[in-house]
Parts: sequence; structure tokens; C-alpha cells
Amino acid sequence: MKTLRVSNGGGTTGNLQQARPDAKMQSIALNAWFGSKQALKDIDLTVKTNAVTAIIGPSGCGKSTFIRCLNRMHELVPNARISGQVLLDGKNIYSNEIDPVQIRRRVGMVFQKPNPFPTMSIYDNVAAGLRLTGAKKGQNLDEIVKKSLEQATLWDEVKDDLKKPGTSISGGQQQRLCIARAIALQPEVILMDEPCSALDPIATAKIEELIVQLKNDYTVVIVTHNMQQAARVSDFTAFMYLGELVEFGDTTSVFENPKSELTEKYITGKFG
Amino acid sequence: MTKKLTGDNIFKILAACIAASAVIILIVTAYTLITDSVPVLQRFGTSFLFGSNWNPVEGREAFGALPYVLGTLVTSGIALLIGVPLSLGIAIFLVEMAPKFLRVPVGYLVELLAAVPSVIYGLWGLFVFRYWILNYVEMPLSNYLGWIPIFSGTPFGLDIFTAGIILAIMIIPTVASISKEVISAVPDSIREGAYSIGATKWEVIRHWVLSYGRSGIFGAVILGLGRAVGETMAVSMLIGNATGPAAIPTSLFRPGQTMASLIANGFLEATGSLEKSAYIGVGLILLLVSLFINVAAQVMVTRVLKVKGGAVEQ
Amino acid sequence: MTNYRLRKFKNQLFFVLCAVCVVIAVIPLLSILYEVVSRGAPQLSVNFLTQRDADGGIGPAIQGTLILIGLTSIIGIPVGVLSGVYLAEFGNNKYAASVRTVNDVLTEFPSIVVGITAFGVVVLGIIGSYSPLAGAVALSFILIPVVARTTEESLKLVPNSVREAALALGAHKWRTTLSVVLPAAKGGLVTGTLLAIARIAGETAPLIMTVLGNAYFFQGFSSPMDALPLRIWRDSLQPYANLQAQGWGAALVLILIVLSLNIAVRVASRGRLRR
Repeated sequence: MKTLRVSNGGGTTGNLQQARPDAKMQSIALNAWFGSKQALKDIDLTVKTNAVTAIIGPSGCGKSTFIRCLNRMHELVPNARISGQVLLDGKNIYSNEIDPVQIRRRVGMVFQKPNPFPTMSIYDNVAAGLRLTGAKKGQNLDEIVKKSLEQATLWDEVKDDLKKPGTSISGGQQQRLCIARAIALQPEVILMDEPCSALDPIATAKIEELIVQLKNDYTVVIVTHNMQQAARVSDFTAFMYLGELVEFGDTTSVFENPKSELTEKYITGKFG
Repeated sequence: MTKKLTGDNIFKILAACIAASAVIILIVTAYTLITDSVPVLQRFGTSFLFGSNWNPVEGREAFGALPYVLGTLVTSGIALLIGVPLSLGIAIFLVEMAPKFLRVPVGYLVELLAAVPSVIYGLWGLFVFRYWILNYVEMPLSNYLGWIPIFSGTPFGLDIFTAGIILAIMIIPTVASISKEVISAVPDSIREGAYSIGATKWEVIRHWVLSYGRSGIFGAVILGLGRAVGETMAVSMLIGNATGPAAIPTSLFRPGQTMASLIANGFLEATGSLEKSAYIGVGLILLLVSLFINVAAQVMVTRVLKVKGGAVEQ
Repeated sequence: MTNYRLRKFKNQLFFVLCAVCVVIAVIPLLSILYEVVSRGAPQLSVNFLTQRDADGGIGPAIQGTLILIGLTSIIGIPVGVLSGVYLAEFGNNKYAASVRTVNDVLTEFPSIVVGITAFGVVVLGIIGSYSPLAGAVALSFILIPVVARTTEESLKLVPNSVREAALALGAHKWRTTLSVVLPAAKGGLVTGTLLAIARIAGETAPLIMTVLGNAYFFQGFSSPMDALPLRIWRDSLQPYANLQAQGWGAALVLILIVLSLNIAVRVASRGRLRR
């Protein structure tokens, strides 16, 4: 049972970040706890629209916790809570009148281990989110399913097998199915929590290609423990360590010219 | 290689022999029921299963088990119809909704329902519950909808309906606790996937959790059915004790009889050996029905969970 | 109503319904406890508990239930525990698998059928009349499978390292099992057995045609005997208010016995670590 205690960042400090116009999402003084254990400390991070932002850092640094705060999945864990604000198009998603259900439609998520619904067919997996909001079967639904699967570069591989269970395809295909499922709702942001860590290199390469394409229509935030992947696909990179945001900037600068010594140590593999 | 008569071997063989007690019980039961049913089966053949008369008078004997088989089916059907939704609601409440401090006490209260002996359910039913049902359910239904066949007859509280309701209460602990295990066993990844596409909590449960656990829940239902079929005392005290063709369930508000309640109510009064054989014959049918249902349930439930049927759930 | 608001409404509605289900299920329990206590407590007195029916008491019934519990335990617990020992310690073969299945099946036998069997075997056969032994045999048929399974489960919880340690010291398997493994599983064994006893204490159907019931105290192993569940059953069907009241008093005694066993088990298991 969730216990959500949110304190909106009403009392300001001198360092208050202003809402930026080109930011799709922005966290302001975001702190997060699991019970008494603090997982995030004062994170101020901007996610630019139509760009890929990568979050890197060693295990336990809080990167997964952070993106779960962006679609209000963090609060599903019993005794989890946050303080601070998370803005989506300038509005705080944690304000009291906002229902998490609506946020999750606009901010989709793909998980580390592909989790297509085993009790549903491939078609139904993609259509699931739409059906919840009342879409009935018909031309429209077929169209959307097809388009989503195409965008996820999965259509050609499954177009004759749409009735097969969502778990009957390979791991890499399942992950692209999960991406299609998220895309079908036309979200504005897609969060990806280490989407390739359970996949083989070929499947990984396919998904990385897909991520670069996706940014044309969506804003992408990807958590990865694979630095090379971050360098390959992202426009901006954030480095986190022990719950704090250590450095953030465009990917090239962060990797070639890190401002913080800690970042440099991590990137050059001195610790992991 | 000769087997040494070691202490270990003796122990193992001794224990194995004692473990055979279960098989012996099963064989003795089957043997007793079958051989003691032979007289009535030989005499009446299939009309024992399909006939409706029950006449022990010498010279005009007629024994037919059909009304009681139907009575068992109908009362168990009512029990499932009412008990299963209640049990699912309880299971969902305990797993998905209840705040931590409520989980254990409420779960315990539901389990306590199973600890109350059947005869005390019957006693309570006879003096208290039957009047609740009579006054708040049966009379209104009879007054307004009495023209519908299943509500016909003047109710006085001791009938198929009351027996069915008390059975519903009695199967709740079984169905609820297994459903609870099944629902808890649904992986969180399924729930997360559903939340991530913007489902409400109820939608997550209804479309994904229950659907993932459906075979386990179905097994729980069948186990509940098995309990309902075998339940004797409470039913015998509340069902109105009809015999013969009058016991054929035509209306919810008329007295009826199940296989188990027939034996409980009538066995001691049986005089001739043919009459006793008739009761035992009904017992044999009851055993076969119960065995069939419970074996089916075991198969289903143990496939989904490692839940042992009958072993005390703690 | 927009689709979104309808979904929100359904969400709240169904959760209210689930809570209502819980309330509906708990009401009978509370009512039963209330009625048994309020109608039965006035009956309780030393006289009530120790005298015969004719003198206004249910003494024979209490005695009968205690005798049945005793006899059934003597017959059933050793058999059940040893069966469970076999299944847990030696149980990796087809024979054990079938014994296990049979035990599971037996626990779901309709109890009236168990009564019929004991009637045929003991009342008509071995003893030749209604008898406490017939009742004990019937109740054992119910007790043995339950105890066998709970014993097996409890023994399986004992980590193998315990067995290996004893065997490594040169102890034989039978010694290991009896002196080391069984004591280690003592908690689970005791709770499982107590719960099984609580269950058979409340069984009525198997007693109807085996011990029959009696207005007098225990009269030997070839005579009918009374028991609490039988007393409750018969008294409840009487048209006389004083006898009905007696039935409630008997019900209170029975529920006290059953519930205290259950609660004792619950308290005892909370003390033990869950593995």
C-alpha cells in the first residue's frame, strides 16, 4: 500500500531552478526515500524535448529511482515517498489534483526485463492501453497497432502472428513489443530503464537504432549502465553517484571533457 | 547383494508400512461402501441413480438417489454463486488493498471461519441465521417475485436456499485463502507493465492479475465445491429434511435434501438391511462425486502453486 | 461522464465492494461467537459440566469428547507422525508419491462416509455394537492423513545441514531422525497435531452411527457414548426450550475447546521464525 508524502517545493531557496521553456520535463530539488533510506538527494535535472537524455552511474546510484519518479511509479512501492517537484511541460506532476494514472499515459515506460503481458496476444498487448481508455476494435485500433509496431520496427516480424501470445517471441522482440505498447498511447516522453541489459548484442543494436529514431517524435530518457551505449545514442548525459547528480551536459562534453573528477574516474573505468 | 537387516532398514520398512495406513484407509472405505451397496444396487440397478422414490416399507421398497444428487448440486451451486465472489473480494482486499496493520487480523478472522465446527453453524443457523434469511430475503422475494418458479412456495427458513447460503459462508475460508496465495504469486512485472500504460489499480487487478491467476483461482473454486459437496451437519440441520420425490429441488424456498444430509438424518432410523444398503449406496455416490471433484481441484491448484490440499495452512 | 471519470469511479466502487465482502464474511463469525456466548454462558455451572442430562448437565458429552480425543490421539498420532516421517525422510519414490496423493484425497473425504465405513467395520464387525472405539477409528481416518501431511511439511522445513551434521558424527539414519530431526521440527509437529485435534473434536457426522450418543457416562467399549457435537445436534432438534438451551451451553464448551486450540497454535507459531 503506497504512502505518498509529497512536499511541493513551495518554500524556495536561493538556488531555485526556474522552469525552462525548452524542457519537456524537469526535476526541481527532487528527493526520494524508501522508508527511511534516502535514494535521491536534491536532483535538479532538465530533460530537453525531442532529445535522448542518458542517465549513467554505478549500481545503486539512484538512476532507476529517478526515472521512476518521472512517471510516478516510485510511489507504488510501500513506504516510498518524495519531496520536491517534477515538472511536465512546466506543471508539477506531483501536485495534489493530478492523478498518476493520467501522468503515466503521457510518460511511458519500458522496463529492464521485457514484460509483455503473457495472457494477451501481440495485438492485444499493443492495444491494451488504448482499450483502457475506451477504444473499440475497428479500423482505428488496427491502424494504431500497426503504426506502433512499425515505429518499434517490429511490424514486419510479427505482422502474420498478431494473435500469438505476447511471450511467444524472442527477448529482443518482446522488448520492442513493450516499446510498441508504450508508443501506442502516443506518450510525450518515453522512459527506458536499462532496456537492453537482458538482451543479446544484436537485439541491443536494433533497439539502439530504434531509440535514435524515436527522438524525432518523442522525448527519451534512458538509464544505462553501459557507457558506450550512452555515448552512442544520447544527446545529453547525466552522471549520478550515491543518489546525487554529479554532472550533466551534452554527451560529447561529458565524455570528452568531464567537469568533475568523479565523472572522469567513472568514465575511464576507474570504478564501476 | 544381500540386504542387511540394519537398524536403518528396519526403520525404513516399518515407517513405510505405517505410511501404508493411508492406502489401507482408502481401500477399507471403498470396500465397505461398495460391498454394502451391492444389495441395493443389485436390486434396483440404474434406477437407484435415476429414481426419485424413497420407500422403506417392506414389500414396496423403492430407493432412488436422484433428488439428493440434485440437492447436492443445487446447494453447492448456490454456495459457489455467492461464496466465490465474496472470497475473491476478500482475497483482493487482503493482497491489494489492506493497510499493513489490517492484513494479519482480518486474514485471521477469515481463517477462524473454518475453525467453527459444522454443527455449530447448524445450531446458529437454526436459531438465528435462518430468521435473518427468512425475514430479510425470503419473505420479500416470495412476496414480490413468488410467481417465478424458483421462488415459489411459502418459505419458513429451512430450505435449499438457507442451506446454500450457509454453505457459501463455510467455503469462504478455503476459496479466499487459496485465491489470496494465487494473487500474491502474480509477478510484480505484470503489475508494473499495466501501471505503466496508465491503468487504475482496479484495472490492473481485473484485467491482468486475475487473468494471470485464473487457473489457480479456478482450482480454488473447485476445492470450495469439494468442501460444499461433502459438508454434512449444517446442511442437514437447515435444509428441511425432505425425502422422496418431494426432495427434488424445484424451488429455492422448499425443503430439500443432499446426499450427505440424507444419510445424517436417516441412517439411524433405517431398519431393514436393504434400507441401510440404500443409505450406504447414496454414500458411495457421494464419495465418488467428491473424489472426482477433489482430484480435479488438486491437479489444478498444485499445477499453479505448491499448495498442499488438506495440509493445515498456517 | 467522461471515460476517465468513469474509470476512476469504477476504481473506487470496486474497492468499496471488496471491503464490503470482508465485512459480510466477518459478520457470521461475530454473530456465532456472540450467540454462543450469550445463550450458552447462562447454562454454565459446575453442575452443568459434570452431571448427567437428567440432572441438568452435559457431563457425559464432555467426558465422551475427551475420551474420543484421547483414543483418537493414541491411534492416530503415532500412525500419522510415522507416515509423515516416512514421506519426508524416505519419500523420493513412486510409492511415497502415491501415499502422498492418497493422503491428500483422504483429507477431503466427506466425513459422513468415514462414519459409514467405521460403522461397517467396527460396529457391525469387530466390536459388534456402537462403541467409543468405532468413533475413535472414524476420527482417526480423518486425523491420520492430516497429521501425516503436516508432519511431512514440518520435517521438510528442517534444513538438510542438520541431518548431515548428525550423520557425519556417525549416527544411523533412524537415530538421526528420531533424536535430531523430529525434535527440530517439534514446533510444526505440535501445531499441526493440535489443529488436527481441534478439527476432529468438532466432527459430528462420523459419530452419529459409531458412538450413537448416550444419556449416561462412559459405559465401556461396547456401549454407545455421548460427545459434545452429538449433544449439540440432538438438543438443537428438540422442541423443548431447556434442552435447546443445553445445546447452546454444549456449543459454548465445544467452541471454547476448539478456539483455544486454534489460538494456542497461532500464538505458538508466531514465536517461531518463519523460514
